[in-house]
Amino acid sequence: MAENVEIIKGTSLGRDAWNRLLKNKLAVFGMIVLGIMVIAVIIGPSILYAITGFTAEAIPADGNLISSFPPTWQHPMGTDEAGRDLLARVLQGGRISLMVGIISTIVSLIVGVSYGAIAGYLGGRIDNLMMRIVDIIYAIPYILIVIVLLSFFGGPNTPKWITAMSDLFGGAGNAGVSQIFLLFFALGLVSWLTMARVVRGQILSLKNQEFVMAAKATGVSTPSIIFRHLVPNALGPVIVYATLTVPSVMLTEAFLSFLGLGVQAPYASWGSLCADGIKNIAIFPWQLIFPGVTMALTLFSLNFLGDGLRDALDPQTRKF
Amino acid sequence: MTETNGNSLLSIQNLQVHYKLGGGLFSSVKTVKAVDGVSLDIKKGETLGLVGESGCGKSTLGKAILRLTEPTGGKVLYGGRDLAHLPQSAMREQRKCLQMIFQDPYASLNPRMTVGNIIGEPIRTFKLAGDASVESRVQDLMETVGLSRRFIKRYPHEFSGGQRQRIGIARALAVNPDFIVADEPISALDVSIQAQIMNLMERLQAEKDLTYLFISHDLRAVRHLSDRVAVMYLGKIVELAESKDIYAGPLMPYTIALISAVPVPDPEIEARRERIILTGDVPSPINPPKGCHFHTRCQYAIPECKTIVPSLVEIKPRHKAACIRINSEHPHIEENAAAGLGAIGS
Amino acid sequence: MSDHNGIILSVNDLKTYFQTEDGVVKAVDGITFTLEKGETLGIVGESGSGKSVTNLSVMRLIPEPPGKIVNGDIIFNGIDVRALSIEEVRKIRGKRIAMIFQDPMTSLNPFLKISTQLMEVTRLHLGHSKQQARAHALKMLKMVGIPDAESRLNNYPHEFSGGMRQRVMIAMALSCDPELLIADEPTTALDVTIQAQILELIKDLKERMGTSVILITHDLGVVAGMTEKIIVMYAGKVFEQAPTKELFSTPANPYTKGLLKSVPDPAHEQGAELYQIPGLPPDVAHLPPGCPFAERCDRAQDICRVEYPPFVQINENHHSLCHFAREVYAESIREGGVK
Repeated sequence: MAENVEIIKGTSLGRDAWNRLLKNKLAVFGMIVLGIMVIAVIIGPSILYAITGFTAEAIPADGNLISSFPPTWQHPMGTDEAGRDLLARVLQGGRISLMVGIISTIVSLIVGVSYGAIAGYLGGRIDNLMMRIVDIIYAIPYILIVIVLLSFFGGPNTPKWITAMSDLFGGAGNAGVSQIFLLFFALGLVSWLTMARVVRGQILSLKNQEFVMAAKATGVSTPSIIFRHLVPNALGPVIVYATLTVPSVMLTEAFLSFLGLGVQAPYASWGSLCADGIKNIAIFPWQLIFPGVTMALTLFSLNFLGDGLRDALDPQTRKF
Repeated sequence: MTETNGNSLLSIQNLQVHYKLGGGLFSSVKTVKAVDGVSLDIKKGETLGLVGESGCGKSTLGKAILRLTEPTGGKVLYGGRDLAHLPQSAMREQRKCLQMIFQDPYASLNPRMTVGNIIGEPIRTFKLAGDASVESRVQDLMETVGLSRRFIKRYPHEFSGGQRQRIGIARALAVNPDFIVADEPISALDVSIQAQIMNLMERLQAEKDLTYLFISHDLRAVRHLSDRVAVMYLGKIVELAESKDIYAGPLMPYTIALISAVPVPDPEIEARRERIILTGDVPSPINPPKGCHFHTRCQYAIPECKTIVPSLVEIKPRHKAACIRINSEHPHIEENAAAGLGAIGS
Repeated sequence: MSDHNGIILSVNDLKTYFQTEDGVVKAVDGITFTLEKGETLGIVGESGSGKSVTNLSVMRLIPEPPGKIVNGDIIFNGIDVRALSIEEVRKIRGKRIAMIFQDPMTSLNPFLKISTQLMEVTRLHLGHSKQQARAHALKMLKMVGIPDAESRLNNYPHEFSGGMRQRVMIAMALSCDPELLIADEPTTALDVTIQAQILELIKDLKERMGTSVILITHDLGVVAGMTEKIIVMYAGKVFEQAPTKELFSTPANPYTKGLLKSVPDPAHEQGAELYQIPGLPPDVAHLPPGCPFAERCDRAQDICRVEYPPFVQINENHHSLCHFAREVYAESIREGGVK
């Protein structure tokens, strides 16, 4: 009997959490700033180019070489040593920095969540083995791993699929961009470890819950139980951790760029801009201040957001 | 020997569930004998109540029948097959016929799935309906258990405890099972809601020809719902009889003490009754006492009780008990003790 | 008999409200009762009734935000509990009023031996020295029936079973010979044979030490055997108060009657459908106008949904909050008692 009854829309736990998040002023501030940043780095460079003709890489070919100029109306953030407009470089750098953060985090999510969920659910010796592997990799300094990965897979050895992806972004055959993508994956591959541990812990505590047993009693297969029942319920801490992984990866990349291992000229990331800026800090401080402050602002926002998410996703139920 | 009844739906034979604990570098391996040789026949259409206190193994027994816990010995015969030894894939097929209702209405539903998906999942898993008709089947099930069909897109946390338990019942019914293990289905609910759920379960049993194994520590509820009752103590069944016989005339000392311990909501009776208060704690299933498991707390224990393990034998018609101090000629232990009779049973 | 010198606790129009995301929750909304010396009072209620909050209020254990006692008098042995400073309240808690909770595992500190925890109470309140406190703790453990008390004194909480832990809790609570013991669902988490032991123990100790007891539970069987007087709470109010025998035989409130009928009774015909109170427990954050039980009551009339029920005094010790209290009472008498 198919009556046409009005179906009441439920409020999922996700919606509940979202509402709670919106009440957290710092988190909302973080979200807004982040939103502005993302929009700025996506469309900023093109708008800037349209208005002023400046790009991040182009060194003005005409004779009016204005290098290391302090901020003026023409160059709101000044110029760098080579005369490139700093605003354009900061925007371009933002693209790369944010992409590093996001793509690496996505990689670490995919690998970490699957690995941790499987280890946690299967338990026993398999879990033991899988987690000992994590422990071993954890013990190796990540810099070493990144350097090894970059040298091994760098240049002509870059796997085809990475080149393919980078072509989408930077234009075909652009070696520099594909190196950057390699960097994304390398960083993702070292940050999945803690994610795996976090997920495994969640799964361990969830798998003895009655709804998992109920799913088994209903005949649901093991992979479905893991990925349809357990993982969605483990997402709370995972989301929080992911939001905090992004800034962590960005800082790592900044550090690598500082060491000269990360993004190479003429490309820039916020980290490499800071690295360049430090050299002239006494004389041309704006070369460090602008990229530094921008990066710091973004990192703060991500942290506020992460904190806010942690509070929003962890409701305390009060019973009288 | 178990009764091989023609109308027996499920025949449990000498089922065992033993766990190993410890066994590290410094401690020896201990065995928890959660279920220690249980044989039981469940008749089609009946409600068999399973009572006992914590640690007696009743929940483990329920789960072992459904292979949600792996049995370590014995058989579970159903429809000509031994469920205890089926490979997991074949067992999954059988789950269409054997379902479970869980104790905790808050933990037994996936908080991230809508009610519609929770109830619909078994239908989809077993492909019992085409995609288009799953939703209407789910709504029908919701109505059957007394939930408004308008709530199909709501999430578990938006319902009360009693409503969630109804959702759990609807999920169990979704595959049209023959047999349902109800593991403490009302313990976590308010008193006024308990009555509602009990009535619902009875109505559904009549309408859908269900067989229940009703596991509970609430003796009053078990008496109300069950046709027969089995009493468990430390992994063994110590008494099995029709519901009214167990309550009116328990034979095994543990059952006598158990029934006398239940508070009755009647001040007159409470004021008058002579309670049998057991001394000591419920022993742990890790190191059950030798011989009769109950002898350490039994007021009628004699030296033989420490060495002989009593078998579950018929003392009165359709009334079995496991105690060496009673038999069919002398079924009442108080009289036997007073008369100085020793070990007369088997 | 209400001899004024014999009243140990008098609660008058107590209101405890909580500020939540959902608005103001009136957990306890104007309850009044008295407890005489040596008496056992049972408080019966389901979720949302406010029974636990009542007792936390008496002990001033309500967390200040978000909760607050907004109204009412709590007079303990002539002392106005609400007017006391926090220091003075602490002197009373544990010494003159003691409380035992439902889950002994979470009420005992898992990191301390029970000897330490027991001794803490008497050293603090009675000024015992270490030896005195230890001797007293041993005496208490023996009194509550812990076998082998001498050696078990040095155990940690997790080394005891549930029933034993509850006994330890009782020992702790009674250490200073309090005048009032508040037991909040003391046996709900225990097996029925252990429950019988604990209830016997409480009865026995009460007789020996003359303690007055407030027993909170949802189990009507437990109150029937343990109490002299019962109050039935619903949605933060006292729906009915009566001496125990009278409450069971001639209830004057439809909720009480419904509760009594919905408990499976061995005397009843087996398999017959159980009486059930329809509907759901109240949502204390969003109460309807009129009687909070109206939507579940099988004799509700229009007036019930609109107007708040009056306080009806049936006789000296028996009152009920209902528009039709007298009718319900008369009906109970006619039925020859519900039980």
